[in-house]
Amino acid sequence: MTLFTQWVYGEGKHPPGTAAHLFEELSVKDLDMADVNRGNRPLSPHITIYRKQLTAVTSILTRITGIGLIVGALLVVWWLAAAANGPAAFARADGVITSWFGKLVMLGSIWALWYHSLAGLRHLIWDSGRMLEISKAEKLGWAVIIGSGVLTLLTVAIL
Amino acid sequence: MAYLTDRKRATGLGSAKSGTHHHWHMTVTSVMLLGLVPLFVFTLGTVIGEPHATVAAYFARPFPALVAGLALLVGFVHFKNGIQSAIEDYSHGLWRKGLLIATTSLSYTAAAVAIFALIRLAL
Repeated sequence: MTLFTQWVYGEGKHPPGTAAHLFEELSVKDLDMADVNRGNRPLSPHITIYRKQLTAVTSILTRITGIGLIVGALLVVWWLAAAANGPAAFARADGVITSWFGKLVMLGSIWALWYHSLAGLRHLIWDSGRMLEISKAEKLGWAVIIGSGVLTLLTVAIL
Repeated sequence: MAYLTDRKRATGLGSAKSGTHHHWHMTVTSVMLLGLVPLFVFTLGTVIGEPHATVAAYFARPFPALVAGLALLVGFVHFKNGIQSAIEDYSHGLWRKGLLIATTSLSYTAAAVAIFALIRLAL
């Protein structure tokens, strides 16, 4: 330690911002914080006991539907490629897409498509600085859930 | 005397070290898809399950073919950039590089196959 820092911070003291200074500042009271029996202070939430919030659940569903849509998208691309290839190839792809499994994938994809679209619209609204208050954000969450269900039923009814 | 403005001094010093082009790209493609997705669902939906001749004749028309081509092209590019964020959130190192290359390749390949199929149906 230079003579100058000794003069500024006192004999044997270290300047602020150094680890040695932090150690000097630790009092007996601070050291007690390391004791596990320190009383009833709030603990950070753990994912397994944390009550899921609507905004968090609708957010992760946005990502899941977005990634999941690759299945339906690849199925449609395969069906288009088979149509371009000729009637024999088309018959195979058409058989898969109109089977119960294909219909299930298509129904799931329609819901995922509407959900992801509405959730994306929600992000555009938030990006513009609107509806960021918790009560309004939760309303948007319900709008995405209910809206995607209604749009899916409408699509199935129309098509 | 310092001639640099505060704004100029701060530019590029964020943790990302670059602009917000990824976010802006997601914004642009998501707005495009808000229009393209309903059009695609209600054009494609009318011919799924129809015989081959009907499907081929339908996609030989300009509007359904352009809607399908645009929705799938913009959709796969949006998917490529969207899944990039997910991969960067959850994986690191060699896994991250491998997954990014794989998903990028898959996205461009699927878009290319879709456009080739539509051109072949149209011609």
